[in-house]
Amino acid sequence: MMAADDVVRVALPAHLRTLARVDGEVELQVSGQVTQCSVLDALEARYPVLRGTIRDQRTGKRRAFIRFFACEQDLSHERPDAPLPGAVAAGAEPYLIVGAMAGG
Amino acid sequence: MSGVRVLAGTRKGAFVLSSDGRREQWEVSGPHFPGWEIYHVKGSPADPDRLYASQSSGWFGQLIQRSDDGGATWEPVGNEFSYQGETGTHQWYDGTPHPWEFARVWHLEPSPDDPDTVYAGVEDAGLFRSADGGKHWQELPGLRGHKTGPSWQPGAGGMCLHTIILDPSAPGRIFTAISAAGAFRSDDAGESWRPVNRGLRSEGIPDPDAEVGHCVHRLAMHPGRPSVLYMQKHWDVMRSDDAGESWREISGDLPTDFGFPIDVHAHEPDTVYVVPITSDSHHFPPEGKLRVYRSRTGGDEWEPLTKGLPQEHCYVNVLRDAMAVDSLDSCGIYFGTTGGQVYGSADAGDSWAPIVRDLPAVLSVEVQTLS
Repeated sequence: MMAADDVVRVALPAHLRTLARVDGEVELQVSGQVTQCSVLDALEARYPVLRGTIRDQRTGKRRAFIRFFACEQDLSHERPDAPLPGAVAAGAEPYLIVGAMAGG
Repeated sequence: MSGVRVLAGTRKGAFVLSSDGRREQWEVSGPHFPGWEIYHVKGSPADPDRLYASQSSGWFGQLIQRSDDGGATWEPVGNEFSYQGETGTHQWYDGTPHPWEFARVWHLEPSPDDPDTVYAGVEDAGLFRSADGGKHWQELPGLRGHKTGPSWQPGAGGMCLHTIILDPSAPGRIFTAISAAGAFRSDDAGESWRPVNRGLRSEGIPDPDAEVGHCVHRLAMHPGRPSVLYMQKHWDVMRSDDAGESWREISGDLPTDFGFPIDVHAHEPDTVYVVPITSDSHHFPPEGKLRVYRSRTGGDEWEPLTKGLPQEHCYVNVLRDAMAVDSLDSCGIYFGTTGGQVYGSADAGDSWAPIVRDLPAVLSVEVQTLS
C-alpha cells in the first residue's frame, strides 16, 4: 500500500478538473525529487488532456494566467526544478494550480 | 426525414440547435464546454456525426474537441500547434518586428471527403492540417513563409486566419483570408501561396492598392460555381469572377458597406447575403435596425430583409464566422449576434425568427443539413 508521504496532492482549478474528469484534489506519486517540474510531469502523464493548459508544451513555460501556490507562498516565479516545500513533498500540504484572477 | 443541426460557438460555450426540415421547433443542447470561448464548431461534410470544435481560454490555452456522435459527446484531441521551421516575425502594431506567437484556432475546415482530415486557421496567422481526426497538427508553412509575411500586421482582433475555403472543383486549390493581410490562394494543396488582392482598395493602409495589408473580413463561395468569390472587406463588398485574380466592388446600394459575414444561397450562386454594420468605429447596425441585405443579382443591387428582425434599439454585431446556410430545398439561413441571439430563416431570408435569444455572445454559426 502506498504511504501517505509518497503522494503529492495537487489542487486544480475548476476548468481543469472538468477536463481531467476529476473531483477534488489529485494525488500523484512523483518519482525523484519533488519539484514543480516533476509534479507537472506526473500530472500530465496521468492526465494527457492537461498538456498545454498549464505550461507550454514545448518550452515548459508557465502560461501567463496560471499561478502556483503552496504553503501560503507564491511559487509562480520559482525555478521549475527548485525543490517544493517539504510539506508538499510529504503530502501534508497541497500544491495549488490557480487560474489568476482576471477577466469575466 | 430531413433536418438541420445548427452549431453555435459562443464566448462561454457551444450550443447545438436541432430541428426537422420544417425548421420551426428547435431543441437546444448545451452549453458544451461551459465557460470556454468556442471560436468555431464545424461538421464534416463526409460524416455528419463528426464535429470539430475550437475551445480556448485566456487562462488555459487551446483545446480541440471532437465528437463522433453529432455533438452528444466530445473528446479532446490534439492541441499542439507548433509553427514549423524558423518562427520569424511579422509587424507589431507599432511597426516593430514581432515573433509569430500562437494564440488560438479561429476556424476549422473539415475536408469534404475525409472525416479525419481537417484544416485549422490560427492566430497568429497560420494554416495547420490534421489527417488523423485532430490528434496531430502540422503547419503548412508556405503561407506564413510567404515573402510578404514579415510585413503582415494584426487587425484590431489579432492577426487571425479566419477563412478557409477548399475548392471542390479543383483538388489542391485552397483560399484563405487573414486580417489584416488579405486573401491568399494555393493551387498545390497549401504548399505555396500567393496573395489574391488585386482590385481591393483600402484607405486605411499607406498604399491603398497594395499587394497585401487589406483587412479582409470574410470570403464566400458557392460550391457549384467556384470561380466566383464574394468578399466582405473591412469596408467594401467585393466580387471576383476569376478565382481571386481580380476583384470589383459590388457594394452598390447598401446603406453601408462595412460588415463582417457574407454568405451565398445554397441553390442560387447569385444570391448573396451580408449584414451591414454602421462603421469601423460603430460596430452595430445602422439606425438600430438589424437588417440582413440580400442581392439576387450577384451584388450591386441589394434589398433589406427585416421581417422578424428587431427594427429598433438593436445594437448587436454579427461576427465574420456567424452566418451559415443549409441546403434544404427552401434554403435556410442562420446568423448569431453578439447579443446572444441566433436567428433562422427557412425561406431564404424572407422572414426570420429567433431560435434562441439569450446565449452568450455568438462567435460562430455553422449548419449541417441532415438526411
